[in-house]
Amino acid sequence: MSGMTLIVKTIARLVVGFIIVFGCCVVLHGHLSPGGGFAGGAMLACGFVLVLLAYGRTETRRIISENRAATWDSLGAFAFLSIALVGYFSGAFFRNFLPLGRQFQLISSGTVMWSNVAIGIKVGACLFAAYLVLAGFRTAEDM
Amino acid sequence: MIALLIILLAFMIIGSLIAIETRDLLSSVICVGAVGMGLSVVFLLLGAPDLAIVQVAVEVLSLIILLRVIVIREDVTIAHRFRHEDVFATSAALVFFGIFLVFAWRTFQQLPAFGQPSLAVSGNYLAHGLSDVNSPNIVTSILLDYRAYDTLGEATVIFTAIIGALAILRTTGRISDERHDPDR
Repeated sequence: MSGMTLIVKTIARLVVGFIIVFGCCVVLHGHLSPGGGFAGGAMLACGFVLVLLAYGRTETRRIISENRAATWDSLGAFAFLSIALVGYFSGAFFRNFLPLGRQFQLISSGTVMWSNVAIGIKVGACLFAAYLVLAGFRTAEDM
Repeated sequence: MIALLIILLAFMIIGSLIAIETRDLLSSVICVGAVGMGLSVVFLLLGAPDLAIVQVAVEVLSLIILLRVIVIREDVTIAHRFRHEDVFATSAALVFFGIFLVFAWRTFQQLPAFGQPSLAVSGNYLAHGLSDVNSPNIVTSILLDYRAYDTLGEATVIFTAIIGALAILRTTGRISDERHDPDR
């Protein structure tokens, strides 16, 4: 499978940057506006799936393979858990140990924003990894 | 707004019935997508934009996966003929559905009214959420500060599911073992 036609590839190349920027915006502003880690991560995964659909599996796996997606998935989960553990060692599990900052600022509300970033990375990578392995799955007879 | 909600719910029920009953898998998947989009509009009307955004994003992704499966596999669904043995099963299902409806109706009488939760802790979150967490989005401050332990559980569930899928659907190491197996 070598991807779709030139029209689809060109449109995907134009659009995917906007999708990923919007996903990052939703993740980063999760504590200020509707959205958050899960929604933004799903948007990031949708952007990567668009690349996968337009350019085919072999082209996409050179940029981000299953192993790399699984690594990012584990890194996001580890970051979320380590935020919880740092809070544990400074008082209680998931204690908000960072300074709260001023309201309506991007860097505010302590650990909430960083938890959103960790969950966004985790969800985006794991949904894309699920799609990648489902798209690449062949039964033993096909191979 | 209540009338619009009822119209949307009826649309979703009809869509799910068509998705179950239709023979073409492609139109069934499209009906599932219509039900999901209707659900996101319902969330938006009920004042839950966080859930609506999540619903739209996840619905699009799952629709792409389902469409991909349908494009690859060309299954032919077999029409179900009504037989005389089905009479007992259908009537028993109808009887149990009636019993369920009666008890569900009695249970719904006991529930608190719409928009008036009986839990006192939610009012506490609403009163002190902004000053405690400094986050204008109360949903995020509940999910990631007050109830972050639950969110950790959800993240663990997704993580375990994806790790299991990656382990089952892997390509490396799966084929060569089968070729070296002398029993196959």
